[in-house]
Amino acid sequence: MMRILLMGNPNVGKSALFSRLTGTHVIASNYPGTTVGFIKGYLRLGEERAELIDVPGTYTLEPSSKAEEVAVEMLKQGDLVINVVDATNLERNLNLTLQLLERQIPVIVALNMWDDTRHRGISIDAAKLEELLGVPVVPTVGITGQGIRELVKRLPEAKVPKDAPTYANSDERWTRVGDIVRQAQSLSHRHHRWYENLEDASSHPVWGVVIALLVLFATFWFVRFVGEGIISYVADPFFQGLWTPLLMKLSLALGGGGFWHNVLIGELIGGETNYSQSFGLLSTGLYIPFAAVLPYIVSFYLALGILEDVGYLPRLAVLMDTMLHRLGLHGYAIIPTILGFGCNVPGIMATRILESRKQRFIAATLISIGVPCAALQAMIIGLVGQQGVGYVAMVYGSLFISWVIIGLILNRVVKGFNPELLVEIPPYRWPPWRVIGEKLWLRVSGFIKEALPVVLGAVLVVNILYTLGVFDALADIAAPVLTGLWGLPKESVVAILVGFLRKDVAMGMLAPLALTAKQLVISSTVLAMFFPCVATFVVLARELGARDLLKSIGIMIAAVLIMGSLQNLVL
Amino acid sequence: MTTHQGEQLTLAEMRSGQSGTVIEVLGGHGLVRRLEALGIRPGKKVTKISSALFRGPVTLRVDNAQVAVGFGMAKKIIVQVDKYLPQTS
Repeated sequence: MMRILLMGNPNVGKSALFSRLTGTHVIASNYPGTTVGFIKGYLRLGEERAELIDVPGTYTLEPSSKAEEVAVEMLKQGDLVINVVDATNLERNLNLTLQLLERQIPVIVALNMWDDTRHRGISIDAAKLEELLGVPVVPTVGITGQGIRELVKRLPEAKVPKDAPTYANSDERWTRVGDIVRQAQSLSHRHHRWYENLEDASSHPVWGVVIALLVLFATFWFVRFVGEGIISYVADPFFQGLWTPLLMKLSLALGGGGFWHNVLIGELIGGETNYSQSFGLLSTGLYIPFAAVLPYIVSFYLALGILEDVGYLPRLAVLMDTMLHRLGLHGYAIIPTILGFGCNVPGIMATRILESRKQRFIAATLISIGVPCAALQAMIIGLVGQQGVGYVAMVYGSLFISWVIIGLILNRVVKGFNPELLVEIPPYRWPPWRVIGEKLWLRVSGFIKEALPVVLGAVLVVNILYTLGVFDALADIAAPVLTGLWGLPKESVVAILVGFLRKDVAMGMLAPLALTAKQLVISSTVLAMFFPCVATFVVLARELGARDLLKSIGIMIAAVLIMGSLQNLVL
Repeated sequence: MTTHQGEQLTLAEMRSGQSGTVIEVLGGHGLVRRLEALGIRPGKKVTKISSALFRGPVTLRVDNAQVAVGFGMAKKIIVQVDKYLPQTS
């Protein structure tokens, strides 16, 4: 099968174009580095099917980060390249185009973001550009789909230009780029737009910080407001009004007790199913993912999608840069970190956008220890929040302190270098709501597909092990640490073990233990910092390799022992 | 306040809002290549937009793109600052 590569600079709209070409939905965002691995899809070319690969963005074929290395590696395995060029930054983009043309692989150019050129006072003669480059050039708008049909129609015309020049050095290549730009592009004067003033303000040393605080505050408020709203107006009415009566009928049919009753519905509390305490597959097993966690997944990813597509995150990276340098990272590490607040898995994968091994190790370790995922946060807010907002703040405060202290230490201890920030700041864009909606659906359905089986599995395993009495033995073994160091009842060992499968279920298991506020704070913090859930563990192993994984876990265990004990002493 | 014509400053020393032409990038092959890939190379017109506090990154505009570079890198980018017209008071 023919293999087509979609290549170009970071943040030129490759992922949006990929969606259009293949009909597959993928995540696209307005910042460099959205795609860190490669994503495959298929497209129909006449009678044949061709494979299309969304290659991570790269500025040059001389890579400087792991994601860029992937791009260059992929180039060797392709039959044809669709070179996506940002029409608003022709000169810089053509540098990569000329490098591609030297590689003896057929190329077709998609002149993307075509709609953006006019108001920027740029006019490009596409036919002239085609003549100068010697390969087809098609103007496109990935977000609306304009020009896509033309692009597909002309794919067979992609070619290696006749006697394509090779350049002795990059100065010669830049000179050629300059020639081409002069002949194909003309610029006219235009006025500063109002949002460009906002762009400048958000990297201003003072206004930038003010804007960042406002954005963060608004985001928290929004996530909480939307999440709580869905819980109280949709999820709870559904479970209480519709689901509970059904479960009670089932309970009656099962005779109100016995093995199956315990597994499916769980223990009745005061003659009723209780979603936080019964712990049956159909009661708590469905309530946790759908009513407690899903509303927050929706609200978090909606907020994240908007922040991503507006183009705010790289500006946050600039503001956080100085602080993150003390932790052995640079500003751009804020992107994997923020993704980690949704789910640690994509967060850790996104550490590939960082240049050095030291940075990737520190970033991945800090995410797995100090950044609670949305599912866990939903449960923390639900359970600890009942005791008062102050206690929730204590959990977040403890995690933040651990994150900072571990980062400060790792920066000194871990060998390697921490390069400086060098990143393109994308222009602000009005959020493309359709893209945001699709992305939200992709992430939410991904959560349901991946989390639901594990949640149900975890509840099932817990029920069986309870019946077998395994936990009593474990509780006695774990008692010295749990009770001695952390002041938790020894029964909480079950929750901490279940945390390896799903942290939200683990939090749910703390509910029936009637913990004090202090114990809740300690156990939530311990759960957040302790062993990553199995999915995170797998990516952590893949991204870090066995040796660094062991180191990371060693740090994690030490940190959780110390933090839990400190909380027990201080609170 | 006037700036002499032909004054050369590093990007780090420039004031926000100042424009100029990149003269040279001091530094190894790696840095030169990385900056060049982002469009920052001798002969290019750049405008400094802002610099973060505590020797944080410098944001600049080159063509239609904004780029943030670390403070250390900014010290290695030499810019011939555009002549400012003396302000009439």
